[in-house]
Amino acid sequence: MEDTVLKLGKYEFNSRLFVGTGKYQTFDIMKEALEASGSEVITVAVRRANIGGKAGESLLDHIDKDKYTILPNTAGCYSADEAVRTAFLARELGISDLIKLEVLGDKNTLLPDPVDTLKATETLVKEGFTVLVYTSDDPIAARRLQDAGATSVMPAGAPIGSGQGILNPNNIRIILETLSVPIIVDAGVGTASDVTIAMELGCEGVLLNTGIALAKDPVKMARAMKLACESGRLAHLSGRIPKKLYANASSPLKDF
Amino acid sequence: MMQINVNGENKECPAGSSVSKLLESLDIDNRYIAVELNHKIVPRTQFSEKLLQENDNLEIVTFVGGG
Repeated sequence: MEDTVLKLGKYEFNSRLFVGTGKYQTFDIMKEALEASGSEVITVAVRRANIGGKAGESLLDHIDKDKYTILPNTAGCYSADEAVRTAFLARELGISDLIKLEVLGDKNTLLPDPVDTLKATETLVKEGFTVLVYTSDDPIAARRLQDAGATSVMPAGAPIGSGQGILNPNNIRIILETLSVPIIVDAGVGTASDVTIAMELGCEGVLLNTGIALAKDPVKMARAMKLACESGRLAHLSGRIPKKLYANASSPLKDF
Repeated sequence: MMQINVNGENKECPAGSSVSKLLESLDIDNRYIAVELNHKIVPRTQFSEKLLQENDNLEIVTFVGGG
């Protein structure tokens, strides 16, 4: 079945799976997993450079920048000001104007701070960033972020790194029905079926990191996530049968 | 010599050093970095002309693995 490309601002992607680069044991495993995932967009974080670290390897030495679109995040920011500052530094690093905006509320839940997330979205949109914004699965918060000019709204399926899957599919459905920007589930994915569920619901994509990076075999899991994403997308486009209470025989019930 | 602060650490560098000179003297891989001087970004094109002053505060960041 023919599928359309995923458009995010001026960017277009064929793969709908976005993957992170954190928590891998080695750069080699990361590279292999990225490849197996089929992703075209990979996320990175902004942190202080090592002083005296010239001999050390840079993450970017292990990423084919012609192949992947780099999506920097504002992970670890707990206020709009910090997130905006991080976004500017990421843009100055010169790779893209894409930003995965996350403004967190606290360290235990890593849930987004809705007020500062909205503030930072407004500022970054004004400053010309292509903002992909991480939010809770609250449909009203999601709508406010779309109204503020976010290119994509990215509700969490479950808390970051928790691997609990899509905890409230009904909220995701309401977000999908009420917003017009692409919805990408970001965070909470534990295994392949979680990705499929998000895609079957009609999400435009899924972003995940821990589910692959901390799997016993990250490369195999990356491939599983790729297939799950394609599977869920196809099922969504195919139009599933309605659920019924009673049986409906597949073979003719007439006598010979 | 003058005192400056780089990524939260106190450092010394010769008076009149440029950002480029500092990066070199601190042995920082300058291929993938962004520099903030007193909370204002210094564009890469200005590294060699931007001169540092006593008590300047620098943040030098790069990309690392993340989700």
